[in-house]
Amino acid sequence: MANFYTDNENLKFHLAHPLMEKIVRLKEKDYVEKDQFDYAPRDFEDAIDSYDKVLEIVGEISGDIIGPNAEGVDHDGPQLIDNEVKYAPGTVDNLEALKKAGMIGMSLPRQYDGLNFPMIPYIMAAEVVSRADAGFANIWGLQDCAETIHEFGSDEIKNEYLPRFYKGATAAMDLTEPDAGSDLQAVQLKATFNQEDNTWYLDGVKRFITNGDADISLVLARSEPNTSDARGLSLFVYDRTSKAMTIRRIENKLGIKGSPTCELVFKHAPAKLIGDTKMGLIKYVMSLMNSARLGVGAQSVGLAEAAWREAQKYAEEREQFGKAIIQYPAVYELLTNMKVKTDAIRSLLYETARFVDIYKAYTFISHDRKLDQPEREDYKHYLKLADVFTPLLKLVASEYCNQIAYDALQIHGGTGYMKDFPVERIFRDARITTIYEGTSQLQVVAAIRGVGNGVYLKAIQNYLSIPVKPELQYLKSTLEKMADQFGKIVEKVNEHEENEFLDFHARRLVEMAGNIIMGCLLLHDANRSDVYKKSAEIFIRIGRADNISKVSMINQSHPRDLGAYKS
Amino acid sequence: MSFKIIVLAKQVPDTRNVGKDAMKADGTVNRAALPAIFNPEDLNALELALRIKDKLVDCEVIVLTMGPFRAAEIIREAMYRGADKGYLITDRKFAGSDTLATSYAISLAVKKLEPYHLVISGRQAIDGDTAQVGPQTAEKLNIPQITYAEEIIDVDQTSITVKRRLERGVEVVKSKLPVAITVHSSAPDCRQRVTKLLMKYKHCRTVTELQNETKDYTELYNLRPYLQLNEWTVDDLHADVSMLGLSGSPTKVKKIENVVFASKDSKVLSSSDADIDGLMKELLSSHVIG
Repeated sequence: MANFYTDNENLKFHLAHPLMEKIVRLKEKDYVEKDQFDYAPRDFEDAIDSYDKVLEIVGEISGDIIGPNAEGVDHDGPQLIDNEVKYAPGTVDNLEALKKAGMIGMSLPRQYDGLNFPMIPYIMAAEVVSRADAGFANIWGLQDCAETIHEFGSDEIKNEYLPRFYKGATAAMDLTEPDAGSDLQAVQLKATFNQEDNTWYLDGVKRFITNGDADISLVLARSEPNTSDARGLSLFVYDRTSKAMTIRRIENKLGIKGSPTCELVFKHAPAKLIGDTKMGLIKYVMSLMNSARLGVGAQSVGLAEAAWREAQKYAEEREQFGKAIIQYPAVYELLTNMKVKTDAIRSLLYETARFVDIYKAYTFISHDRKLDQPEREDYKHYLKLADVFTPLLKLVASEYCNQIAYDALQIHGGTGYMKDFPVERIFRDARITTIYEGTSQLQVVAAIRGVGNGVYLKAIQNYLSIPVKPELQYLKSTLEKMADQFGKIVEKVNEHEENEFLDFHARRLVEMAGNIIMGCLLLHDANRSDVYKKSAEIFIRIGRADNISKVSMINQSHPRDLGAYKS
Repeated sequence: MSFKIIVLAKQVPDTRNVGKDAMKADGTVNRAALPAIFNPEDLNALELALRIKDKLVDCEVIVLTMGPFRAAEIIREAMYRGADKGYLITDRKFAGSDTLATSYAISLAVKKLEPYHLVISGRQAIDGDTAQVGPQTAEKLNIPQITYAEEIIDVDQTSITVKRRLERGVEVVKSKLPVAITVHSSAPDCRQRVTKLLMKYKHCRTVTELQNETKDYTELYNLRPYLQLNEWTVDDLHADVSMLGLSGSPTKVKKIENVVFASKDSKVLSSSDADIDGLMKELLSSHVIG
């Protein structure tokens, strides 16, 4: 009788964020559907109440079904039988429960049988499901693909595919190939258009495809012969019922074992074009990847929460030298830092999701009517923020979640290294988060733009311009000093006018910005509720020390030193 | 005619997770300290009813509950899972009813809903554990009863085949309709609440609940009359007041005891295979495990 939503007050806190009123109004287009659909909200209060109650269902399914199934799913894993992926029995149970409860296609509009939920409650559901089983969260979270079809597909494609999600259709995004991993421009899978039957056909190999045997797959393919870069790539939707794809194998992985990772061979497989040709990677996949990165952020926070809870429980129960190990400074500091860092990445997760929510809502409004000038400004503002916050979130949340899982296992000692406790699974599952949907190193490449164009610094200054309670003023002053220090060190790196030197320090600079931004977010959380005061205080202390050490590293370096690092 | 199922459900204090303040000093249940929940076996009964509805399609599932005003929550919870509507039997005059008075009131309400095919409920409620209300209601309605049901094997407009879970095995019985069925906890768990049904029905209110709402629901209720939940009082049921409440309840609680389990004797075992084997056999034969 566990509920992973109601037992975690942090979620309700973020659901009550002041910006929610705007988000819901935009998403619901001023509650225009209230009389048309019996399940549409009538006003803001009604909408929040619905999100809260729906999250309670997700929390119950996660606590009572998905969580208890996780160990079995990890052990059994999926199997390849007669060219079909058979999920582990627990996975089948999980999917069935979520499907019957109507949890697939949550963000789709009601006209396609969706719930029309904004990103915030959807991402909360993703966090809650990930806490129960991060591997399963992948299969469920791939409903993101529906969003891409909705945003870029033709009406014909939308009408054909979107209503299938609520009925439980699963999805996959087929991007990676043996020679095109981080570098998706190198995708080779061929798409040829046949004039006679007016259909596109796919031929080639995809690799490392999560949930490769899904009902509905989005496939990135080269539609323009004799091209070799991103401009020759288009996005297609492939329907599993065509049976024109073989599954060569399911990978044997370190973690997220319940999630089938497949190698696929397309042989003259019929597919439909999404949007326009040549826009596949440049526009559609970029959008798809951004929501997937937000998804990995949610997965990381869910894993961090699970790891911290396991460690906290174990440290309270385990006695050594005559007392519970939680009473030793070496252990309680670890635990508190884990909790504080989880709070920090959760705040960053929902802040990013809010930015995405607002710009996406404007995007869809613009499909119906022209945005007016202030709306366009607002759209651009939030789009810019979402663009630089998304890679920052993916980077920081996945890295923290790994540190937290590592420390959680450490607190378990030898027992943690055995299969007896869930922590070893959490530790293995966490490892993928810094790798897929763009490695941490690639997130830095995207995020450094936010350092270069000043968007991070502007966001920080904006946070610091909002007044806080007098008792929190000292934290704000510290953050102001950190912002000042950040601005100066960025200038210093830029003075050398050497790209490689900037790349060399890019991660340090991005992480410095991250420390200040998360500090600001926790400060404002603390301003809204005293519960977060401790986290704000401790996080800002850690962040400040970390930034000082990074500044010291940068100050000691010069472009001419780079040679020493090259082999 | 559409197949009509009446599910009897009760709101009970959650006695499964009791803390130290679960009982008051006088030995009665401290209801304030325990959350009010849907009686677990009534949820099993609801699931069996909803499975019949899945199969027959032309089928109506009606929830009937008796209790204070807040018990309307049970009706909403059932509707979030697929029930079509519900009735709350509520009146101060019911207070203090034992199983006899309760089944009298429920049987009157069921009669008001005639014609029906099936009355289905949990075997027993976790607050009283009497398992009497289902069978007594069947007697008062003068219809056959099948207790300890685990699975509905077959059903049509005139008959039903049910698997019963008994102490030493299972039994399959067939009955004509209408029939009253009580459901055992070994029946399948109830399905989850469905997002769209929840959002559709969450504004359902009884008349009394509406009076305490701060928001004005008039417009919404005119638009969607199904949001108004039915409330029945003693007068609506034309009940004989002497057969209700304390006066209609021959059951008197003589004494309530707090039982504290304590170990009496202990046994020392060696780690030899023979000793472990002996312990396993002992635990199996006393049904502690297995």
